Amino acid sequence: MNNEPFEPRIVAFFCNWCTYTAADLAGVSRLKYAPNTRVIRVMCSGRIDPQFILTALAKGADGVLIGGCHPNDCHYAEGNYKMLRRFQLLKRLLQDFGVEESRVRLEWISAAEGDKVKSVINEMTEQLRALGPLGMPAKFAAWDQEVEELQHQVDEASETEAAHA
Amino acid sequence: MKYAYFPGCSLKGTGRSYEESLLPVMRILGIELEELRDWNCCGATAYMSVDETKACVLASRNLAIAEKTGHRALVTPCSACYLVLNKTQHYLKEVPAISNGVGKALGAVGLSCHGAMPVRHPLDILLNEVGLDAIKQKVTHPLTGVKIAPYYGCQIVRPYATFDNAYQPTTLDRLCEALGATVAHYPLKTRCCGGSLTGTMPEPGLHCAYQLLKEAVKRGADLLATVCPLCQFNLDGYHDQIAAKWEPVRLPTLYFTQLMGLAFGLAPTQLGLQRHLVPMKPLLPVTA
Amino acid sequence: MKDEPEIRIGFYVCHCGTNIAAMIDCQAVARYAAQLPFVAVSRDYKYMCSDPGQELIQRDIKEHALNRIVVASCSPLLHEHTFRNATEKGGLNPYFFHMVNLREHNSWVHSDGSKATAKAFAQIRAAIARVPHHKALEVLQVPIHPDVLVVGGGIAGIHAALTLANAGKKVYLVEREPTIGGHMAKFDKTFPTLDCAACILTPKMSQVKSHPKITLWSFSEVVKLDGYVGNYQITVKHKPRYVNEDLCVGCLECIPACVFKTPKFPDEFNQNLGKRKPVYIPFPQATPQVVLIDPEVCLNLKTGKCKQTCVEACGDRQAIDFDQRETFDDIKVGNVIVATGFKTFDAHRIPQYGYGAFPNVFTSLEVERMINTSGPTSGAIVGRDGKHPDTVGFILCVGSRDEKTNKWCSRTCCMHSMKLAQLIKEHCPRTEVYIFYMDIRAPGKGAEEFYDKSLRMGIRFIRGRVAEVTDWAVTPEEEGRLVVRCEDTMAGFVRRIPFDMIVLAIGKEPQADAQDVRRLFNMSCGTEGFFLERHPKLAPVSTFTDGIFIAGACQGPKDIPDTVAQAGAAAAEAMVLIDQGHIEIEPNTAHISEVDCSGCKSCLPLCPYTAIAFIETTKKASINAALCKGCGTCVAACPSGSITQNLFEDDEIFSEIAGVLAYE
Repeated sequence: MNNEPFEPRIVAFFCNWCTYTAADLAGVSRLKYAPNTRVIRVMCSGRIDPQFILTALAKGADGVLIGGCHPNDCHYAEGNYKMLRRFQLLKRLLQDFGVEESRVRLEWISAAEGDKVKSVINEMTEQLRALGPLGMPAKFAAWDQEVEELQHQVDEASETEAAHA
Repeated sequence: MKYAYFPGCSLKGTGRSYEESLLPVMRILGIELEELRDWNCCGATAYMSVDETKACVLASRNLAIAEKTGHRALVTPCSACYLVLNKTQHYLKEVPAISNGVGKALGAVGLSCHGAMPVRHPLDILLNEVGLDAIKQKVTHPLTGVKIAPYYGCQIVRPYATFDNAYQPTTLDRLCEALGATVAHYPLKTRCCGGSLTGTMPEPGLHCAYQLLKEAVKRGADLLATVCPLCQFNLDGYHDQIAAKWEPVRLPTLYFTQLMGLAFGLAPTQLGLQRHLVPMKPLLPVTA
Repeated sequence: MKDEPEIRIGFYVCHCGTNIAAMIDCQAVARYAAQLPFVAVSRDYKYMCSDPGQELIQRDIKEHALNRIVVASCSPLLHEHTFRNATEKGGLNPYFFHMVNLREHNSWVHSDGSKATAKAFAQIRAAIARVPHHKALEVLQVPIHPDVLVVGGGIAGIHAALTLANAGKKVYLVEREPTIGGHMAKFDKTFPTLDCAACILTPKMSQVKSHPKITLWSFSEVVKLDGYVGNYQITVKHKPRYVNEDLCVGCLECIPACVFKTPKFPDEFNQNLGKRKPVYIPFPQATPQVVLIDPEVCLNLKTGKCKQTCVEACGDRQAIDFDQRETFDDIKVGNVIVATGFKTFDAHRIPQYGYGAFPNVFTSLEVERMINTSGPTSGAIVGRDGKHPDTVGFILCVGSRDEKTNKWCSRTCCMHSMKLAQLIKEHCPRTEVYIFYMDIRAPGKGAEEFYDKSLRMGIRFIRGRVAEVTDWAVTPEEEGRLVVRCEDTMAGFVRRIPFDMIVLAIGKEPQADAQDVRRLFNMSCGTEGFFLERHPKLAPVSTFTDGIFIAGACQGPKDIPDTVAQAGAAAAEAMVLIDQGHIEIEPNTAHISEVDCSGCKSCLPLCPYTAIAFIETTKKASINAALCKGCGTCVAACPSGSITQNLFEDDEIFSEIAGVLAYE
């Protein structure tokens, strides 16, 4: 297992009208791309709660891809702008968390751009392959253990203190 | 405005008059061309067809030197150099096998080429940076009454039509008009002059040149304007043979830079016109 | 879920013949699903969308007391509806169903079977994790306003409007040009039958004008569309024609009376080959029969100094109105049919063919006008030098099937050119006509026979893409003529053939403002810029927006029969909705839990449909389900998490996230 190259896992949130349809088009056109992405369909990129992205990363995704309609083309007029604003804020947060910028990506992909689905997924897979795993679940486990040990030490210290008293 | 300048071998040999006219004309327009130090042959089209990687190594050494100058672009007047250097830029970007080979070879001599420096033709600089209005302002001896067949040759707009249309280029037409000349409708403006074929297979090569000259004569042109040293050589150098084989079609072929120099009031000898074989005195009032 | 019965999921993976099964190990997928939580039944089947496939689901629901269904097959955009129906027929609420896209998003786009199967595991894991959270939902019904807007008055729009109107539906037909008729009105004859275009089109045009159920607005444009299927509010702008349409009787007496004694200005209808006056009617059968005044060239409108002889000629009718301004109409309709057509390729873009440079190079549409007896030359084929050509060369695929311009086939330029060639031969049998082609595409009824007839008439066909049209003559025969240089791929050498006239068979492109129109009507465009149909085969006139249909060449190049067929189909689709009286829409609306809402008003400015209101008495936000379109933007933004969206609840999405990541 360890000899195999690292295969990143990418969770993708695609809007129903543009990017999900574009991914369907990529399929109908039989374009071949890396099998590393799992798509979750939402009606609009505006539905994507930053919590979804953080949860995906926390639960083991190495990257998150968000696909929405091009500016001006949103099926719901402006949901993609709302997503864009949240994305800008989220990027700062992720930076503070030490998550590399290329792990979370926002792309405008119209229903006609099946080839863009292919190129974006391939490019992102390559980038993440080079970057290596994010490994959040393991980090969480390590942090939990660290906290547990600290707690243990605190408990012990207070017990000793109590004994002295 | 200052640019890096790659003259190429021709401009130091058979095409001396091109450089002799280019540099003073550009200077008049406030453009300084700084010749690359220690440049080498671009390999021309010949080497490209033998070994693409090695040909690109040869060309990219010049690009690497040019990048070090920090200038905004590399100007090269010879059509073959212009094509080869541009092609190398494209190959470096698009063909990993070639860019790897080039990287290794240049690395061995401590050079590197990022493929980031635009390679531009003087015609492009004149039309798009200097502008026709600025050129018109420098015209003191307009070429009034001179009818010019504008001849672009096959290489500067094909395959990379970066500054003009590949099929119906107009930059040279517009430049000649700015100098006060009349431009002939010349349907062969991008047709091959015979190129290096005249050296290896004279008959078909010279036939190309003959057709170009004949059509220019038919269109009432007084001269052909060219942008390429090899075209100038082919169109100027074989008139006796052309006359013997087909018919005399004596028509001088001038570099566009020589025409500019004449219009700017420079003396013919300052522009290397004495080096040309077909006399133009009777044809061109300004040279009389 | 506590009080609800135990979750029992039925899982089905579809082979889709070999579309899925050739790449994904469907049995392994079924085995994997079988051991996942709550899965009661797990099967693989060759075609889940077939009747037996759907019946399988229905039977299992009853036999195994299933209460959730997951089908892993193709895209939900294709068959979600099918399987929801099957679920409902099995006795369950249709929204207890969820679909996994194993085909478009997996088997068709990957080439490594084991990786594709592993991805399938992750995909179905997500669905199986999600579906227990599904709730029973009621379908929303929206009433359909019975009126229809048809945009574009070419043959597509005309046919759609008449079909609807004949069925008793009220139609608004909006055309931006001063007359309806579109491209077809410019044609002389139509291939392959060679019946006269005007003879079959103009009766339909006058029917449109006189039909009591059709309101025809020419020289008008749709500028705004609001609302949703069944309830569109539309604003139409009427451009000033400086003639009162109600008062003008179409006597045309103003035209000869104009101070410009002779026509001076390029006549657009005749491809600028003819001239018209500032006051004009585009062509004799123009509908409506109302003149208009071109403000760019009318002396009075430009300078205010004119004897206004036209007004004098109009007399008591007083139809001419130099003070006319733009006006607007607001209408309500339930459906819209967009039939905005195409534009022809600009031949200047291929300079080596010499259009614009050589006077005797024409486009096919110019020759079409020329050959028309009511055209600028009264049916005579003459060059711009005034001479009748002895030799004519047609160059096909100009701006078609070309990497540098348009990759697609115009679908008509072979047949159109052959038609013009035959007409030229008929007008003047001694004319030599050549057609330079890459492939002759003559599908369809009577088309191959038409090609055969062309050959028998002595029209010469040369297979090879033309390199250039030049006036460079190398033989005395070529002097003063246009020489076509081309490789004759049948003969195997390069040829030079001189002509007196060259005709460029220009391709079809999306209208210049197709992107604006697309946005206006909330549609999509394909890569080439034509409007995108919902499904290329099964929903060819629907778009991704309910109640917006497309017909004719705005959807892609096509000939008249196909355009008419599509227009009829679009009319029928609209009638389905109208006669149903209502449409069921996805119940994916958002709702606010009043208990949790803190009244912060964050959501209010986010809704583009103003569906969210703030209730002052309770200090809580509230969503009007009729206005909500289900984008979910407010849901993602609510700080207290008090807004939920049906079908896309947080729990559902979080379990999908966990699901796709659960399998390594």
